[in-house]
Amino acid sequence: MTDTPAPRHIPDRLDKPLSSAIFSWEALLVVVAVAIFAINSFASPYFLDAYSLSDLTFNFTEKGLIAFAMALLIISGEIDLSVAAIIALASTMMGMAVQAGADTPVLVAIGIVVGLGCGAFNGLLVTRLGLPSIVVTIGTMSLFRGIAFIILGDQAYKGYPESFAFLGQGYVWWVVSFELVLFLIAAVAYWFLLHRTSFGRRVFATGNNPVAAQFSGVRVGRIKFILFCLTGLMAGIASVLITSRLGSTRPSIAQGYELEVITMVVLGGVSILGGSGSIVGVVLAAFIMGLVTFGLGLLNVPGIVMSIFIGLLLIFVIALPIIWRRLRGNS
Amino acid sequence: MKALLKFREIWLAAAIVVLIALISTRFPAFADPGNLAQVFNDTSILMILALGQMVVILTRSIDLSMASNLCFTGMVVAMLNAAHPAIPIPLLIVIALAVGLVLGAINGLLVWRLNIPSIVVTLGTLTIYRGATFVLSGGAWVNADKMSPDFIGFQRAAFLGIPVLSWIAILVIALFFVVMTRTALGRSIYAIGVNPTASVYAGIDVGRTKFIVFCISGMIGGLAGYLWISRYVIASVEVANGYELNIIAACVIGGISIAGGIGSVGGAVLGALFLGIISNALPVINISPFWQMAISGSAIILAVVLNARGERQQGRIILRKAEAA
Repeated sequence: MTDTPAPRHIPDRLDKPLSSAIFSWEALLVVVAVAIFAINSFASPYFLDAYSLSDLTFNFTEKGLIAFAMALLIISGEIDLSVAAIIALASTMMGMAVQAGADTPVLVAIGIVVGLGCGAFNGLLVTRLGLPSIVVTIGTMSLFRGIAFIILGDQAYKGYPESFAFLGQGYVWWVVSFELVLFLIAAVAYWFLLHRTSFGRRVFATGNNPVAAQFSGVRVGRIKFILFCLTGLMAGIASVLITSRLGSTRPSIAQGYELEVITMVVLGGVSILGGSGSIVGVVLAAFIMGLVTFGLGLLNVPGIVMSIFIGLLLIFVIALPIIWRRLRGNS
Repeated sequence: MKALLKFREIWLAAAIVVLIALISTRFPAFADPGNLAQVFNDTSILMILALGQMVVILTRSIDLSMASNLCFTGMVVAMLNAAHPAIPIPLLIVIALAVGLVLGAINGLLVWRLNIPSIVVTLGTLTIYRGATFVLSGGAWVNADKMSPDFIGFQRAAFLGIPVLSWIAILVIALFFVVMTRTALGRSIYAIGVNPTASVYAGIDVGRTKFIVFCISGMIGGLAGYLWISRYVIASVEVANGYELNIIAACVIGGISIAGGIGSVGGAVLGALFLGIISNALPVINISPFWQMAISGSAIILAVVLNARGERQQGRIILRKAEAA
């Protein structure tokens, strides 16, 4: 990462967000979420409706799926800016397969394989050549999306089969969308992986001190490679869902998603410097971002203005514990 | 000779010469001095932005909000010009610099006073500044017909046969060269990037220097805002969307280490020129512009791979020694 631990005259770091200051980071996020939820339900009579609440989930499920893997990657001290470009490339490949008459299982497989392949490519460049991931993935971001542009030009691929539409548009049970179910399963799986397995502990160790981790027998390079693959895989899965939801592929699909995913992860309390964070925080952050965009959408606030709120929320939530500690320190 | 080859700038300059030579085999007029001056002019804005980003990256920070700053400031000056065409252009440029400075100072203050990592701060302000552009303009565009002839014509006017835009770029390059190589501020910026802790002990105020660095990148973003809008004669919310990564890419190709402390004014300029030549040459030699992203992406990866030795983390070197022992 570009930022290093600050020199001594500034002791605060974001590693232990709130535990020592107010209460836990997750509790703060819950408060923020409840507040936004309350504001939303007062602001619009349509908000507290089962169908609109289920629509709300589409605002964060796809990005949230990537955010889980990205959280692990950032905890390990790396970053992937190419996820949106991976979505574009995987979607383009699915579009080509559709032109050739592929059916739903093949399309899903293509999305997953392309995502995994792109992630592995990033991982190899970072771990084998020892390159900084922020730079590598800026490069592969242009490369992957560039390939999508070369293949598609200014065209769009359409004609996805009807069974394919279920993945991004279908409901499993009444108002519970297939995407939400996937999101919840992934949340549990990633929570287990990060907080309950030795792999998760090694991810934290890698982010806290890669040299010490290596000496303790953690294969730092392999861990990072696996995490890049996982992030690519999740981007591939997200690509399947987005392509299915939109029913078409354009090379400009998912533009700017990488920054939204990272915002979600950071808002979730994951230190951008690596070494700390939790999946519960990311789930809450995803939900908050969904609430904000959906609530403002009900009020007819344009998308670009919503981004102001997301940006302010990001800075405000990150700054809150620091300001709080300052105030307490002075009194 | 060996010592000379160590300098990245020379390698990069050689790569650019080879690139121009390759292009002129397909299209001889490309190497024409007049055309090369045109390419320089086309790349001027990217060069200026890359220099602003360079000083930030040198201090181990990053400014992702530069393109949004450019968009906001550009909208401010375009609206001012549309409403009051009488405001002279030099004053508008001063306003652009001031607006950019304020936006940069906000980033700088958050990084300095609250000690939030710059990548998080500027990720937030990236969306805030672009959203603010929408609020300011109400989503409306400012078109060429609303801009005064002076507003559009100023940077196109030729001075000594070279457009004013190129002169501005040359001036900015010279200014940065002097600051980075001949002033205490320049030395502090490098020192912080190389070793922040040692810099504190050496009496450098790290936080304040980072604040100044963000003010510089903010002013550069503001200046580029006027230049961009008057060059492409349309101000909208979409201006330079996603361009922040092109700016960083130019720095990376120019050999500026994202880990801080390594890089030069010449490198940033050449990195921007390299990207500029690629984007200028592709249509000329009949390659579809859709290839542009893939080619510049490959160039970035290649540049980083070639630069890999200097970027390796020290921990790994220690480890390798330990393993060998």
